[in-house]
Amino acid sequence: MSLLEVSDLHVWFDLPQGPQVHAVQGVSFALEPGDRFGLVGESGCGKTTTILATMGLLPPTASVSGEVRVDGQNILAGGEDSARGYRWKDIAMVFQGAMNALNPVKKVGWQIAEPMAFHGIAKGAAARRRAGELLEMVGIPAASAERYPHEFSGGMRQRASIAMALACQPRILLADEPTTALDVMVQAQILDLLARLSSELGLALVLVTHDLPVVAQTCGRAAVMYAGEIVECGPMETLFHQPRHPYTRLLFAATPDLYGAGEDEAVVSIGGAPPRLDEPITGCPFQPRCDVVLERCAEEHPALRLVGPGHEAACHHAERAGAS
Amino acid sequence: MTLPLQDPALAAEGLGVPPRRHGFLRSVLRERKAAVIGLAIIVFFILLSVIAPYISPYSATAQTCAVYAPPSSRHWLGCDDGGIDMLSELMQGGRISLVVAFAATFVAMVIGGGVGILTGYFGRWIDTSLMRVTDYLLVIPDLVFAVVIADLWGPSLFHVIIVIGILEWTSTARIIRAQVMSLKERVYVKRAQAIGSGHARIITRHILPQVGPLLMANTVLTIAIAIYLETALAFLGLEDPTVTTWGTILEHAFERTAISSGAWWAIVPDGFVIAIVIVGCFLLGQAIEDALNPRLKVAHLSVRRWRIRPLAGRGPDAI
Repeated sequence: MSLLEVSDLHVWFDLPQGPQVHAVQGVSFALEPGDRFGLVGESGCGKTTTILATMGLLPPTASVSGEVRVDGQNILAGGEDSARGYRWKDIAMVFQGAMNALNPVKKVGWQIAEPMAFHGIAKGAAARRRAGELLEMVGIPAASAERYPHEFSGGMRQRASIAMALACQPRILLADEPTTALDVMVQAQILDLLARLSSELGLALVLVTHDLPVVAQTCGRAAVMYAGEIVECGPMETLFHQPRHPYTRLLFAATPDLYGAGEDEAVVSIGGAPPRLDEPITGCPFQPRCDVVLERCAEEHPALRLVGPGHEAACHHAERAGAS
Repeated sequence: MTLPLQDPALAAEGLGVPPRRHGFLRSVLRERKAAVIGLAIIVFFILLSVIAPYISPYSATAQTCAVYAPPSSRHWLGCDDGGIDMLSELMQGGRISLVVAFAATFVAMVIGGGVGILTGYFGRWIDTSLMRVTDYLLVIPDLVFAVVIADLWGPSLFHVIIVIGILEWTSTARIIRAQVMSLKERVYVKRAQAIGSGHARIITRHILPQVGPLLMANTVLTIAIAIYLETALAFLGLEDPTVTTWGTILEHAFERTAISSGAWWAIVPDGFVIAIVIVGCFLLGQAIEDALNPRLKVAHLSVRRWRIRPLAGRGPDAI
């Protein structure tokens, strides 16, 4: 039994007119305490939707199927009522654009302490003291709890929103693009902080980003998402050195390499755009942009299957190579 | 569970010295002269109304001089048709006028703020239904509606307060609604929902503090409109004729041949006082609004320009 187990998660969004958008299509992954798991992919491929669904935080226009198990308990079973008890106490989240996750007219400490009373962690002076401790834990002086968000720099705000997520001692932390608006120095500090928190507190960390180096630097395992599904999933090393899905390979090739194999190694780009998710897709969703298309790719949707130890890929090439 | 982790960059940012708190209104007053003037006018007239019974030179109801006596050293603003000292009457009238304006504004702000927050926050059918009521009231001509209602209910101060209150909340409701609709999509409201805050808590702790200044600006502006409407209603004879307000003073003077008698002092000072209070309210209200929406003072509206500073230390006497 894993700490967090997401299995066969589907999310649909209603559109004002026309068909539904099938934004997440059968995503599964599992986390143990202390795991650091990356979720990468292009914009609009369903990363954020996946973790919002994991938190049970989707808007009313969304419908969800599948299971999100925490310690074996499906927290989505009873809708909002069952999700509420786990949210923030077991699973917490650093929101996308976390710089804006702070209310500008409330003191930072007050905002960190706010969830504690709801979940019976601490109240009043004890909650304020704990807010100060949390701030110190993320590298901000405790006295800054009496400050307002506009007095914080971008990096401090990001740290504060991480402290906010840790308020109720969650065991799972979902971080949605936690470093996107930050410069590389602060980005490195924040990633370092997340990695340390995960190892020292035993937090299971899900890091959502479109930035491959960020995942490579922080996570042990990662999943690559494309058009609402996971196309490849495995240990970071394996994904980097032996990608089995062309999309993963092209994503890494599209990332400039500072210590590159040579100056002649050009940075490639992947032509085209991800498919529309409001229409049914036949065959492999990546087929129109793939550089190694087979005939069957146009008709047959490749299933995610094991291609190595802890390494899965959804590609007809990977299947063939795995069989041989 | 403290980690030995201290961001070196934080040292430069000043370590946790609690900041001085500046109220919003104070910062507006510090930066805008118009706001200071507006507030000074409003405070002056409020104070004057409060101490009027103690400083007014004569009775505001009894005859103390000749009918339409012109201004003199004993009666600075002359007398009205009943031989009542105008200065004393203005002071007394201000008491009632301001109370009516403040009370009506209070009613308007409670309704307008409430409707704005409810519609903006909850949306859906609450928004649709309440906003149709708002639209309906918004397109009704204020004065005509006020005349009809005041006439139906009969002349009384209380009725005037209610009429102005239910007429003047609509624009506030629209402004607040728009703001709340934008606020409720902010990430921190999502976060508040995620940690388990209920609607009431989100509204009182996260939304209300943000629309407070906006509500303040609207309150001040609505006071001006309420004074104007009160005067208009009184002038049309729809206010209790036994009380003295700035509006009834004007009405009495007009009805009782002040103009044909050439008694300008029965009309001009009263009109001037009404105008000056309204200007005061607009100055303050507009200043608060400007402070909330910095786009209103973009370059072509601003008198402030950037300056060129001479380079220091380039001259012959440079160190």
